[in-house]
Amino acid sequence: MSQAAAGHPVLDPTLAPPFPVAALPVLRNPQLRKNVAHAIDVIQAKRARLVEEKTDWQALRTAGAAIREHALENLGAYLEQFEARCIAAGGIVHWAADAADARRITLEILRQENAAEVIKIKSMTTAEIQLNPHLEAAGIGVFETDLAEIILQLGREEPSHIVVPALHVNRSQVREIFARSMGLKDLSDDPHALTAAARNYLRRKFLDIPIAISGANFLIAETGAVAVVESEGNGRMCLTLPRTMITIAGIEKVLPRYQDLEVMLQVLARSATGERMNPYTSLWTGVTPGDGPQRFHVILLDNGRSQILARKTERQTLRCIRCAACMNACPVYRQTGGHAYGSVYPGPIGAILTPQLMQMHHAQSLPYASSLCGACYEVCPVKINIPEVLIELRAQVTDQERKQVRRFFDPMYLGMRVAGLLFSRAWLFHAAQRLGRFGLRFFTGKDGWIHSLPGLGGKWTQTRDLRGLPAQTFHAWWAERSKEAR
Amino acid sequence: MRASLFITCYNDTLFPETGRAVVTLLERLGVELDFQPQQTCCGQMHANTGFRAEAFSQAKRFVRIYQDAEAVVIPSSSCAAMIREQYAGLFEELGNDSLRKDFAALLPRVHELSEYLIDRLGVEDVGAYFPHRVTYHASCHGLRSLQLGDRPARLLAKVRGLDLVALPNLDRCCGFGGTFSVKNAEVSSAMLAVKLQDVASTRAEFCTALDNSCLMHLGGAMHRQYAGMRTIHMAEILASTESVSAEALQ
Repeated sequence: MSQAAAGHPVLDPTLAPPFPVAALPVLRNPQLRKNVAHAIDVIQAKRARLVEEKTDWQALRTAGAAIREHALENLGAYLEQFEARCIAAGGIVHWAADAADARRITLEILRQENAAEVIKIKSMTTAEIQLNPHLEAAGIGVFETDLAEIILQLGREEPSHIVVPALHVNRSQVREIFARSMGLKDLSDDPHALTAAARNYLRRKFLDIPIAISGANFLIAETGAVAVVESEGNGRMCLTLPRTMITIAGIEKVLPRYQDLEVMLQVLARSATGERMNPYTSLWTGVTPGDGPQRFHVILLDNGRSQILARKTERQTLRCIRCAACMNACPVYRQTGGHAYGSVYPGPIGAILTPQLMQMHHAQSLPYASSLCGACYEVCPVKINIPEVLIELRAQVTDQERKQVRRFFDPMYLGMRVAGLLFSRAWLFHAAQRLGRFGLRFFTGKDGWIHSLPGLGGKWTQTRDLRGLPAQTFHAWWAERSKEAR
Repeated sequence: MRASLFITCYNDTLFPETGRAVVTLLERLGVELDFQPQQTCCGQMHANTGFRAEAFSQAKRFVRIYQDAEAVVIPSSSCAAMIREQYAGLFEELGNDSLRKDFAALLPRVHELSEYLIDRLGVEDVGAYFPHRVTYHASCHGLRSLQLGDRPARLLAKVRGLDLVALPNLDRCCGFGGTFSVKNAEVSSAMLAVKLQDVASTRAEFCTALDNSCLMHLGGAMHRQYAGMRTIHMAEILASTESVSAEALQ
């Protein structure tokens, strides 16, 4: 039995089961489905209200897309500018080609610092490179400080959303996790009591651990600044108390100018949490004597991004500002939650980003984990046409797979090839309709409906009936009518 | 007014009554319809599943068949969206200059049914009579790709006897998604279950749409569950009158 079937999600795309398989345990889990649907319905409603009040919302989206696209078109130049400005301000810049590189650099810095423990600001990029387990394996204690990340870390849960990672966990489950891991057997599920428990736990970490790791929402080329936006202020604590800060950021996170934050912060807060402005926006530029960390490292991570950048349709994937509006709007995600995607990036953006980060060697089922309804594109604050990229990736998967000998008789591939042939000539198509009507007669009930089909058709009839084929096609009716008219 | 009907492959095979209704409706409104017998499929299924070469060859066929049409009417929002959103990209990648040019010239003359009625014919009241409680499902392609807006509601509002009930969560997908319904059958079914709750909450007799693919999905589940409601393509509602009911058109 795979781990996913046993109920424990696998978020490593090289090991995770395909999406339809990984989705099954969630679909059968009423509490998980209720938690996910409830949480995203709340965020969606807040977002919808705040987007509606913004009369220039579509113009903001256009501006957001243009800023991000311009940054990507000139990425090399802006990264070099960022590097120069960051170094001039006292920062140290490292370049990491892949995840292993970034982990090695991080570990080297921690060794130089003689660090036995490290605190962390919530970061998707560190999750992408699986930093925590690697640091722990090297004997370093890693402590998350974002409330949701604490819940996951203490509960040994996996994140299921990129902004609200513990979205699948409800209050009583949080109580249970805190009570167990903090030894507070009388803890109530009152939000104040839960927050107090977390605060108590966190304060000691902030005071004791002098080194922190963060991701970045944005890198500002013009000034060499790094920006992190958050809701709780725990990130701000990590940015002020420790003596050393290590920021790990994807190379696509760069913005040309400080002023670009004007647009990006507006669209990000509204899209991510349904707030006009997020509570804490921290910007730091290199090192300021006597204020904040006195040693500052930035690790600029490629990990497959350059290859995405080089591709015409797919490049827009890198505009993403990780707001999660796409997953909140996605009717597939609403049913499955994040774990089914087998990646730290779930939802529609995960369905296009993960296979590309895996250089189309893993996560091949993800481009198909969408009904192409377009809700993701509609809400995306930087106008990533996710359905368009999904279709492009599907074409790449198909081009790879259809060359494989073992796929030759695969029902889907065989069916699509035959259909392609039938649609190339009307007479062939019409012959197939006649043959189909004859063949399906054996499966059609007395009520004229098909209740059960073998093979792939059975995937349809497991929950849906299919009306039996009508006696006369439209084109045959038209031909008969035209003949009568003459 | 002359128009050419692109019936689409699955309407031709599975829902001929929709095609007959379009003929009844448009001829009643004075449109001279023709039907190109060599037509097959727009290529949507192949394109959306990743079979680009097959999709291209069908897209090319479509342009060649209809390039001289005065107007093309399509009673399927997802097929109309396929043509509008994906053909240009396919031709950019695999086509030649003449194909791209012919397509660009043809595109403004390709209409989904409700667009054709309202934008080209300029009618809202098509003279229909349908004395039933009806809810309208805005298919994702009609809503987001074609941006049909209030066209369907304006047409339905003028149907005599029709009691139109708003469907909650109108913008949410029914879970069909073409081959998605088979490749991700369980997730698709979960989405369908949620959609059916919304449809049932309207207490309508009929759920209508401008796309038989969503309706095949919803209707298949309604039939399985003895749900006491039915699906019906909007063309069939608009075609029916006091003298010829929708049932008679079938």
